[in-house]
Amino acid sequence: MIKSYKTRRIIANTLIYVILSVMCLIWISPFVYLVLHSFRGEGYVSVNYLIPHEFTFKNYIDLFSGAGGDAAINFPRWFLNTFVVAVFSCIISTISVLAVSYALSRLRFGARKKLMNVGMILGMFPGFMTMIAMYYLLDAMGLTRTLVALVICYSCGAGLGFQISKGFFDTIPRALDEAATIDGANKNQIFWKIILPMSKPIVVYTVLTSFIGPWCDFILAKIIMGDDRANYTVAIGLQAMTTNEFLQAYYKQYLAGSVCVAVPITILFLKMQKYYVEGVTAGGVKG
Amino acid sequence: MTFVEYKQLSPLQRFAYNFKKFFKNIPGAIGRFFKACGTGIVKFFVGIGKGFKNYGVTFVKGDWATKLSYLIFGVGDLHKGKYYKGILFFLSEVLYALYMIFFGWNWFKDFFTLGTQDAYTTYDEMGFPVNHAGDESMKILLYSTLTLVITVLVFVIYIANIKDAYRHQIMRANGEKPTTLKQDAQDFLDGKYHITLLSFPVLMIGIFNILPLIFMILIAFTNYSKEHFTLFDWVGLQNFGQLFDVINSSKKATTFIGIAGWTLLWAVVATFSNYILGMVVALMINKKGIKLKSLWRTLFVITIAVPQFVSLLLMNQMLQENGAINILLGYLNGGHNPGIKFLSDDVWVARITVMVVNCWVGIPYTILSMSGILMNIPEDLYESARIDGASPVKTFTAITLPYMIFVTTPQLITQFVGNINNFNVIFLLSGGGPATKEYFGAGKTDILVTWLYNLSMGNEQDYGLASAIGILVFIICATLSLIVYNNSKSMKDEEAFS
Repeated sequence: MIKSYKTRRIIANTLIYVILSVMCLIWISPFVYLVLHSFRGEGYVSVNYLIPHEFTFKNYIDLFSGAGGDAAINFPRWFLNTFVVAVFSCIISTISVLAVSYALSRLRFGARKKLMNVGMILGMFPGFMTMIAMYYLLDAMGLTRTLVALVICYSCGAGLGFQISKGFFDTIPRALDEAATIDGANKNQIFWKIILPMSKPIVVYTVLTSFIGPWCDFILAKIIMGDDRANYTVAIGLQAMTTNEFLQAYYKQYLAGSVCVAVPITILFLKMQKYYVEGVTAGGVKG
Repeated sequence: MTFVEYKQLSPLQRFAYNFKKFFKNIPGAIGRFFKACGTGIVKFFVGIGKGFKNYGVTFVKGDWATKLSYLIFGVGDLHKGKYYKGILFFLSEVLYALYMIFFGWNWFKDFFTLGTQDAYTTYDEMGFPVNHAGDESMKILLYSTLTLVITVLVFVIYIANIKDAYRHQIMRANGEKPTTLKQDAQDFLDGKYHITLLSFPVLMIGIFNILPLIFMILIAFTNYSKEHFTLFDWVGLQNFGQLFDVINSSKKATTFIGIAGWTLLWAVVATFSNYILGMVVALMINKKGIKLKSLWRTLFVITIAVPQFVSLLLMNQMLQENGAINILLGYLNGGHNPGIKFLSDDVWVARITVMVVNCWVGIPYTILSMSGILMNIPEDLYESARIDGASPVKTFTAITLPYMIFVTTPQLITQFVGNINNFNVIFLLSGGGPATKEYFGAGKTDILVTWLYNLSMGNEQDYGLASAIGILVFIICATLSLIVYNNSKSMKDEEAFS
């Protein structure tokens, strides 16, 4: 009886391993395809076989040296643009998110509940309903087609994404604040010297999320930049490479560019996920 | 049903009971919502009434400086020795007056007509054409909205100015001195710290979220479109009327009904397929005895870690006529490429393809959240079940499954709302295709939000209609979210852990 139970378990586990392996294969193979073909030496757009015949670094070298015949395609510039935008919007967003979530979580004032409700309602409008208005507003300020406009777009609404870090702050015992207040600390000192040092996972999580945002956004950047290719970010730049105008000459460079963006962002995302889990569970234990 | 009765039910019955209870609660929740709205409105008007009363009472009781504050901001504060605040109040009035005289009023006076003068050309005495710019309705509306928002802000400052003047009057009558700048600055780091923290984010949200939102809500009541680009007009509810104009079966109404139906179907299928399949995979990964748990999880999570414009554009390329999927099918088919047009030919082939690819994108999300929940099931539940001699199947149906369903029901609704707004998958993958002539500015796989995008950025530009759709989507999502919000425990016991 025991033996049959054991064999049954082994069979079940093997079956699960097989299913998981097959599924992982399905999930991962598109990316393997992407990486393989980004090293492809022969052919132009698509080839009628799955595994390239000739491997080369040429696509990557061309991508970063700007070889390819068109000055409009400038991947290093786009990469730098995105990086600058990401850094600035990350700084502004992080400050906004932490300030809002701390205020809504630990401070008590009249309009607190009302502000939270307004924040929730604002978050339920479809995001790009306001695109056109946003465009004209930035146009009136003379900012369209600039990187500043992008930084504004990515960080202006950041304060609305307070839920997760507010949830974290909610779990830090209030007794800490009270003890500090008795010792003569004001709210400002409590924030900087007590709550923030305890909140490393959630701070890192916020920083990483807001840094990743600009790398992944596609729509806003496209609307704001129009056809000013020098100010493109990687997302719209890579998309431009797949338009009919450039597809023939740039398809393989497009694949290489996708890999160059996807690899660092994936690593950051996995890090972020780790801090997110850490933040959530750490909060729970403290309660 | 009492607690004991509930405990005697089988897991499946319990699920059915909870399920029924949830849907039975919906009308109640909606009722409560409207009741809350009602009391909110009543409270609002009572508040306004009280405000008016205070306004009058303060004026009667105030001394000359307080009374003068009703006309000139800050006089009361200056008179009582609170100089910096008095000057700030006064400055805000001066700035507002200058703004209105030189800028605001010029735009706002046309708010109700949105401009009447089209661009025109006259000829000077030499016979050369002279172009005159006409009114630009869009600018009139934008700057009028700005003026409105600023006016509301200044009104708030005005009321604060009166209150402050009266407060200082009373303080003087009691022989107290007004606080100094230094003391006030200290207070902004302690008692009023929320103002310090919130002013910058709220300002940003006000300018770049609320202002455009008011503007776009107003646009929904105009005929701003490709045909009325510079000069447009208020049209009341015409845009909404066009969407529901089923009787004449106008093109816009046909599009709306078609797309709304598909959006709903899409959201239901996408949500439940991801939920069920994701749960199965999460259970397999987290099963006792399966090794390399974190490796499996990471492999799946890579799909969501890669930016969607990379993964979905890649999928789009792979699903083309001579893309990787067709090549693979060709290998299996004995070297003959079938050349299936997954995304651009048949409506249902495209729709099913989009749903399947959405599983590829969405299942890892479910795995992530489910794994967290599975790890949180108290271990002692399993232990006691083992001591009682429960079989693995029994443990699963009696502990794991009910627990999961109980915890994740609210998540289902959130995901449903998320799928209604799932812009990326449709836009980057199928681009709304296959194209059709039946629809107004949309393809057969377009959902409401991508249609909204097409109407504002695509070929058929109709901003008024786009805004109307945005408002409808908002109403759907808001109703669903509020039901969840009202029923969720974490909202009720916000301070359970602190």
